Amino acid sequence: MEITYTYTRKRSEFGRHCNFTDWPARVTVDIPPDPSMADNFVPQDPVDVAIQHSYDMSEHEVNTARLQAESRGVNHTEGGWPRDINPQEQEQTARFRKKLEKEENYINTIMHLGTLMEHCVRQNNTINIYEEYFGEEEMAEVEYEPPSAKIINVIRDPNIPKRTTTRISWQPGTSEKLAVAYCSLEFQSNVEDMSFDSYIWDLVKPNKPELALKPSSPLVSLEYNPKDSYVLLGGCYNGQMAYWDTRKGELPVEVSTVEASHRDPVYGAIWLQSKTGTDCFSASTDGQVLWWDIRKLSEPTETLVLDITRKGLLENALGAVTLEFEPTLPTKFMVGTEQGIIIAGNRKAKSPLEKIAGTYSGHLGPIYALTRNPLYPKIFLTVGDWTARIWSEEAKESSIMWTKYHLSYLTDGCWSTVRPAVFFTTRSDGTLDVWDFLFKQNDPSLSLKVCNEPLSSLRLQDTGRVVACGSKVGTVTLLEISSGLCTLQRNEKNMVNAMFERETKREKILEARHREMRLKERDKPEGQEAVPEKTAMENPQEVLERVRKEFFEEIEAEMRRKTRAETQ
Amino acid sequence: AEVEETLKRIQSHKGVIATMVINAEGIPVRTTLDNSTTVQYAGLLHQLTTKARSAVRDLDPQNDLTFLRIRSKKHEIMVAPDKEYLLIVVQNPCE
Repeated sequence: MEITYTYTRKRSEFGRHCNFTDWPARVTVDIPPDPSMADNFVPQDPVDVAIQHSYDMSEHEVNTARLQAESRGVNHTEGGWPRDINPQEQEQTARFRKKLEKEENYINTIMHLGTLMEHCVRQNNTINIYEEYFGEEEMAEVEYEPPSAKIINVIRDPNIPKRTTTRISWQPGTSEKLAVAYCSLEFQSNVEDMSFDSYIWDLVKPNKPELALKPSSPLVSLEYNPKDSYVLLGGCYNGQMAYWDTRKGELPVEVSTVEASHRDPVYGAIWLQSKTGTDCFSASTDGQVLWWDIRKLSEPTETLVLDITRKGLLENALGAVTLEFEPTLPTKFMVGTEQGIIIAGNRKAKSPLEKIAGTYSGHLGPIYALTRNPLYPKIFLTVGDWTARIWSEEAKESSIMWTKYHLSYLTDGCWSTVRPAVFFTTRSDGTLDVWDFLFKQNDPSLSLKVCNEPLSSLRLQDTGRVVACGSKVGTVTLLEISSGLCTLQRNEKNMVNAMFERETKREKILEARHREMRLKERDKPEGQEAVPEKTAMENPQEVLERVRKEFFEEIEAEMRRKTRAETQ
Repeated sequence: AEVEETLKRIQSHKGVIATMVINAEGIPVRTTLDNSTTVQYAGLLHQLTTKARSAVRDLDPQNDLTFLRIRSKKHEIMVAPDKEYLLIVVQNPCE
């Protein structure tokens, strides 16, 4: 059934003026309240309503696209000459000039400009507006400004499969170039198109590497020769050593033979000081330290197996992760191992067994960095596991100072080249810490989050002002640290010296006490031989049995106690 | 003649290294430096003056550029612009 409504109107009445009338108010519907319906609802008392009268705001982030800047030059040539005059012809140009000079406009303009110019020239000659007025009141008292660091440049790895920056080396001398070694350190992660190149970057052009070094296998360590800024030494992932001359090109000048090289990635490769400037040595996790002469890389000149039991067995050898050499102490070198032990070696020892002069243990994991303090060579810094430790050569038992245990691994560290109490460490959460041990030992003086990926390497420029840190994805960030952290304070050397000596003395005293205690203990059992013997006789099996029995007895005692408590 | 005198006088002031007159098309009319350097100065300073003038006029259309001084570590370049010509003086201020 269709519901229709018809509305009829006479055609003559269309468009008529509306006739409105007034009605008094009329109640159309009146619905009285029904209390029974209230039972459907539950009264809520009290009621919490949050009301806010404030602006509605929204957050929006915008980041501009990265700008690629390139340096270009402009070629200036002469132009503007009218068409009929050849600029090369002296006569024509001279004639043109003479004609121009005769014009009235020219004369007037020059007179006017001349007076103007003379006024300024004279002004310059009388007063030097940039004169140093308050020269004597030099800022001798530099106000203490909080340490800060500023990122001045970021250099990214141009290849797509990202590799870790394993080593950074500044060019000696001018420090304008940076050699960075890239290698993927993940175990067995060789992607097909991962490039093997390592690059030398010029700081003026951060977008394109200056030179690409093409080894046969990715480089794990890379060092400039401190005497010759064109020669670089590289240690490869497959254990070979190679050296480059940047004047000769991208391929290595010579590569060591595979048989004579290391069997594991070469984690440490350092130039030695010698008359020829061609000696170097390398260390790797296969437990060997090899000395080479780069003119003849077919076989090493010397080898040393890092076996601290001094038997020279490769099976007992500890894998080396860092290598250290200080040109001021040319006969000594140090190796940091995967097991957390630092081995101090003596180059001049006759037999390889005596090469290992001493060991220092104290780290719980591999030692990722090992450097001597440039001003106090007896003090060295090691970075590994979750702490950084400062050691003195004289205190063999433990480090003299150490930082607190961090929440993330410490991956690299180095001393400041200018201030003996300042050192830098990088962490695997992407933070760079600057420690000033003279000022505060609990926390770093400055902690900067450089990037979100773990930082893998760190190197300070020789001036001490700029530090380069490399991350796991191949980005090298250059930071400039505030002047407070890279200028030597007055008295600093004395204070630092006093601090190190004090700590060393403390360690020595502790060492002496330990030794005394150990001697006492050794003397005691000599009088009571029976008791220690019996306990020594218990072999592991018996110990296990005894422990098991004790354990079950304890459990039964507990159960008995419980049942007693329940029944009561 | 007077022009010569004026330019000579300016050149003889203490510390003045070079004087140049460039026309609106960039042609060096009068110069005390060698040609290639003059051409370089002409090209660069002409553009800079135009830019400076447009900046001044943008900020206040009634205003106009009367003089431009560029002080660098080594010396000071002074440019007196005009509609048709540019007078450039390079001076080493007294220190």
